[in-house]
Amino acid sequence: MKREIRIAGFGGQGVILAGFIVGKAACVFGPYNAVQSQSYGPEARGGAARSEVIISDEPIGYPRPTGVDLFVAIAQEAFDTYKGDVRPDTVVIVDPDLVPKHDLGRPVFEVRVQKIAEDLGNKIVTNIAMVGAMTGIYDLFDEDAMRKAVLDSVPKRFAELNVNAFKKGYEAGKDALSR
Amino acid sequence: MKYQRDPVRIRKVLGDKVQFIQGDMAVAYGGLVAGVSFFGGYPITPASEVAEGMARLLPRVGGTFIQMEDEIGSIAAVIGAAWGGVKAMTATSGPGFSLMMENYGYAIMTETPCVIANVQRTGPSTGQPTLGAQGDMMQVRWGSHGDMEAIALAPSTVQECLDMTIEAINLSERYRHPVCVMTDGEIGHLREKLVIPDEDEIELVERRTPKLPPGEFLPFAPSQIDGSKVPDFAAFGTGYHTYVTGLTHNEKGFPRTDKQPDHERLVMRIIEKITDDRKRFVNIEEVMMDDAEVAFVTYGASARPARSAVMDARKAGIKAGMLRLKTVWPFPRDEIMAVSKKVERIIVPEMNLGQIYHPIREYTDQACEVVMAPKIGGEMHLPHELAEYLGVRT
Repeated sequence: MKREIRIAGFGGQGVILAGFIVGKAACVFGPYNAVQSQSYGPEARGGAARSEVIISDEPIGYPRPTGVDLFVAIAQEAFDTYKGDVRPDTVVIVDPDLVPKHDLGRPVFEVRVQKIAEDLGNKIVTNIAMVGAMTGIYDLFDEDAMRKAVLDSVPKRFAELNVNAFKKGYEAGKDALSR
Repeated sequence: MKYQRDPVRIRKVLGDKVQFIQGDMAVAYGGLVAGVSFFGGYPITPASEVAEGMARLLPRVGGTFIQMEDEIGSIAAVIGAAWGGVKAMTATSGPGFSLMMENYGYAIMTETPCVIANVQRTGPSTGQPTLGAQGDMMQVRWGSHGDMEAIALAPSTVQECLDMTIEAINLSERYRHPVCVMTDGEIGHLREKLVIPDEDEIELVERRTPKLPPGEFLPFAPSQIDGSKVPDFAAFGTGYHTYVTGLTHNEKGFPRTDKQPDHERLVMRIIEKITDDRKRFVNIEEVMMDDAEVAFVTYGASARPARSAVMDARKAGIKAGMLRLKTVWPFPRDEIMAVSKKVERIIVPEMNLGQIYHPIREYTDQACEVVMAPKIGGEMHLPHELAEYLGVRT
């Protein structure tokens, strides 16, 4: 088993942290091997950013993805820039408010994670709400491990806000899955 | 006051035993665990996180971090700290490593125990700062002027970044030599699982101090404890008069620069303290080598796609294997020669235009075909690119 995950967004939205949490959940709080890498150049501040995670039950050789099993986007520019490797069987999750143009000619999971964050009073946890949504939708992810990884990765004084964002995102993800 | 390594405090500062962290940070952790108490450095991508980690962590265990004015100052400060009696290290990347070359030679000539972590990128010059490469595998061996041996380790995983930094510190203490951890931008920035070893899982080496009183002690003679070619070490401030110079010197450390035998005796001892122990340095990993007919010989980040390619080749029925050099220098020449008599073809993937390829060819001595598999530009080989070298059709 090997799954390759790409999380794309705008620099500053926290996609690196989201990938970090996914990898940590898999290999520190879960039974898998995981690697997380990111791509940036000296000029990349603000533009499209991506975080990539590989999760496997075997040792991971080549540490960069060679395909995409799960593609997550929370910014239009990032979706457009990084959608190229998406296959017909790739699971795709977007926030339709942030990625209005996401027609791939097939079903895409839509979760309004930014709205979840805003309803909780802080847009900053949009990425954590998306981690929740991913957990609700993608069967590889374990809710308990992922919540522990969230708690372990955010400042203590914001723990409650982040756990709530994760929980609401998870419920919205489950809801999107059942639709 | 001399730094007292406190393992309980170090573990508390490092945090959880199992973490998901970058290779650069694992190098910093390795330094702390090994008892490093001084870091002098200058930020440079992709090595900056090592300095960042040390700046945050070292003061909390009672150590000292200094950001120097440049890389020349950094290695100079590290050498000075080592002569003050502590374990000291720095971290840099290609351009900084180039600047360090003169004092790297000085550390070799003055037999100063210290560690340089080189998170390699490419060149010439400033090249591609944010991308990984293996640009300095020959510079670490031949980059400083004169005759010398090098000790260089090449981690392929985040765990090895920690393990090999501890090993590097130990080797530097045992041989009184600057030891280089040759990681790279790919491994340095990769996040992976790290398990911090418990105190009973590690072994630490300390440089040996004189047993004879001042006056009888010879700071640059074979050990007066057991005759080993590694001299005993008298740190500044311990009552011994030690003259430290990069000039050719006698056993007391005073310059003796105009006699051929003096120079040959000194330089040969500094080289042979390492090469006499060549067998002890051999550290290789064999992957599916038992029945291999074609094999990668590689190291560092390149070994990761190579491992994937070997697995793909095996699935296609090709008898492929990999020999991974965990210690690159001193070069495991007998082991390379043995492989060349076993396989028909050796392929050498490197993120440069063929550096370790050359010593491999030298020590295979035409017993088998040796093929260069270079890739430059800041990207690792793709597994399928390397599988093609093994005869896998894609």
